[in-house]
Amino acid sequence: MPNMSLKKNEMPVQQPEIRNKNFKEVALGYTPEQAVDEAKRCLNCKNKSCVSGCPVQIDIPAFIAKVAEGEFEDAYKIITAASSLPAVCGRVCPQETQCESKCVRGIKGEPVAIGRLERFVADFHNANVKEAPVKPESNCHKVAVIGSGPSGLACAGHLAKKGYDVTVYEALHLAGGVLSYGIPEFRLPKSIVQKEINGLKELGVDVETNTVVGKTVSIDELMSEYGFEAVFIGSGAGLPRFMKIPGENLNGVYSANEFLTRINLMKAYLPDSTTPIQPGNKAVIVGGGNVAMDAARSAKRLGADVTIVYRRTEKELPARAEEVEHAMEEGINFHFLTNPVEITATENGWVKGIVCQKMELSEPDDSGRARPVPVPDSNFEIEADCVIMSIGTSPNPLIKSTTAGLDTQKWGGIIADEESGLTSREGVYAGGDAVTGAATVILAMGAGKKAAAAIDEYIQNK
Amino acid sequence: MFEILEKRSLNPTVTLMRINAPMIAKKAEPGQFIILRTDENGERIPLTIADFDRENGSVTIIFQIVGATTEKLNHLNEGDCLHDFVGPLGKATHTDGLKKVAVVGGGVGCAIAYPVAKKLHELGCEVHAVVGFRNKDLVILEEEFKNASSKFVLMSDDGTAGEKGLVTDALKKLIESGEQYDEVITIGPLIMMKFVCQLTKNYGIKTVASMNPIMIDGTGMCGGCRLTVGGETKFACVDGPEFDGHLIDFDEAMARGAMYKPFERKAHEDVCNLYKQEVK
Repeated sequence: MPNMSLKKNEMPVQQPEIRNKNFKEVALGYTPEQAVDEAKRCLNCKNKSCVSGCPVQIDIPAFIAKVAEGEFEDAYKIITAASSLPAVCGRVCPQETQCESKCVRGIKGEPVAIGRLERFVADFHNANVKEAPVKPESNCHKVAVIGSGPSGLACAGHLAKKGYDVTVYEALHLAGGVLSYGIPEFRLPKSIVQKEINGLKELGVDVETNTVVGKTVSIDELMSEYGFEAVFIGSGAGLPRFMKIPGENLNGVYSANEFLTRINLMKAYLPDSTTPIQPGNKAVIVGGGNVAMDAARSAKRLGADVTIVYRRTEKELPARAEEVEHAMEEGINFHFLTNPVEITATENGWVKGIVCQKMELSEPDDSGRARPVPVPDSNFEIEADCVIMSIGTSPNPLIKSTTAGLDTQKWGGIIADEESGLTSREGVYAGGDAVTGAATVILAMGAGKKAAAAIDEYIQNK
Repeated sequence: MFEILEKRSLNPTVTLMRINAPMIAKKAEPGQFIILRTDENGERIPLTIADFDRENGSVTIIFQIVGATTEKLNHLNEGDCLHDFVGPLGKATHTDGLKKVAVVGGGVGCAIAYPVAKKLHELGCEVHAVVGFRNKDLVILEEEFKNASSKFVLMSDDGTAGEKGLVTDALKKLIESGEQYDEVITIGPLIMMKFVCQLTKNYGIKTVASMNPIMIDGTGMCGGCRLTVGGETKFACVDGPEFDGHLIDFDEAMARGAMYKPFERKAHEDVCNLYKQEVK
């Protein structure tokens, strides 16, 4: 009999007053009993609407049925047939707008906790299964993947499973892209990211760090001198945007990228780190996306009093509801309908405060969201010694500027076919944030997976 | 791994290392830089490429021991390996069409000025090299500069090497004596570059300054290396490291450069103490 409880099994979490002082993972994961109980809430409906909400089309009812039977490893095999990074997706996917939003159980009550179950299955596998995956026989075709973030890893994983010799090039010293430098430890432990990457290495994927494609080597060289038959560009959207307001280059002003990179990639939160960070006593984060929440919650954990300023209202926050909720529980202050106009300085060139103006919502803009307009004479100053700009990122122009014939949008995104990822260059595919601009991990993975299928077809038909 | 093929002390605080990095050597141009980490938990530091040899696949770096990481780097020896070494990053020095250039270097900045002077010299450009150091013990690359220039002026703060005075004094003298430069290229401490640029602005001589701000990734991702050039924010790692010296906000750059001074000082002391303990 299915479990007809209207509510999901609650996710055990670290308590807010404790977790806002450490970098350990916030959510602790289901026990096997909780997982089985939750899995029994799935009605295993015929039309599987949840699958249509999944960018990589995991056979969700099938894996949940296995969890309900206690066959966790079988469930893992079903998930990994479609997804390369289950432990990651189970943590950072916005399931509430994807698979879970389509769940029949959500019509009356809460949907099945698909994300939490995915996470449970992946963690159970990682903790209990030691055998290495079987390395497929090589088909002797070489493919290069640029960038080791979600789209690159997904593309590499799917190609490796088909027997391709895949080399992933990463500019930084550590693989993982945004999973390593961007998303904090308390939301996505780095050991899990590296475990997933090691899994790909066991499938035969070669990961070359410290290689900046466009500088160390060009795409043309990869194809002509290194013998790669196809290239996938998954270089992400790594360039931070600033507001272009006075005082943005003062000491104590960070891009969210820099702040998070210092913490996540360079481990600046550890006492013996060789890379410094200055979270200040009073940190103000500008922006309302997931990255802003990550920066705010990281600054809080480093001991700062943290305020987020966002120019629209709580309702329009682009961050996941769960992240906002966690941030609020952890004691982050929010100033809605507030937009910075200037950062003020101390005599020594450090941040002293941030002058903001009040906003009100007007007609919807092109994005469909209500447009914020300034309220006249509403300026006020928030005291701060650290300001973190988290207002978005753009694609890195390095590859475009060094690859002749690669067409891009005006704003820098690589133009690629939506289904195949094919760019304006034969044999060159692209996906993820480099194409779409900043989006989610799972959309990037979906693009990497589709491109892998297209690259396979391209090479097999050559 | 990136093996140290050669290590040479140029003066008590400046060391030269030749690193095995064939892919970088193949692409490197004067003016570009690399980022390295000495060990698995090390910080990333940018260093400008001092020389490269495409044939034997090596890249030369010259660094001053100023902090924790350069201290650790200096404790490595020939045969040891650097954990990470990535590049070549940034844009190469613009050399096209230059007929007569003054290259003005200060201190360890001369290590970066030298490959620029060398390349210009090889291209047939008339190079005047003006280099300054605090005293004679700190002079580096004197012979190399002489070989890469038609006029070489050595300055020192205390007069123990070359003439006593600042590089700006020497440059002013050259300009006043009627030397006409297409461009001045200056590499050295921010305060020196600031005054070189002030000087050449008075004479209307185009001047390029090589910036070396705090940096993490070196690919445009963090924005930590940003500076104001002509009222616009630029990233030294991808837009530079060389910029029009007359447009750079040097005061802001100096303030930003001092952002982590207390941390850096303590980190350096900690590393030094560690080595002292090892010796005991």
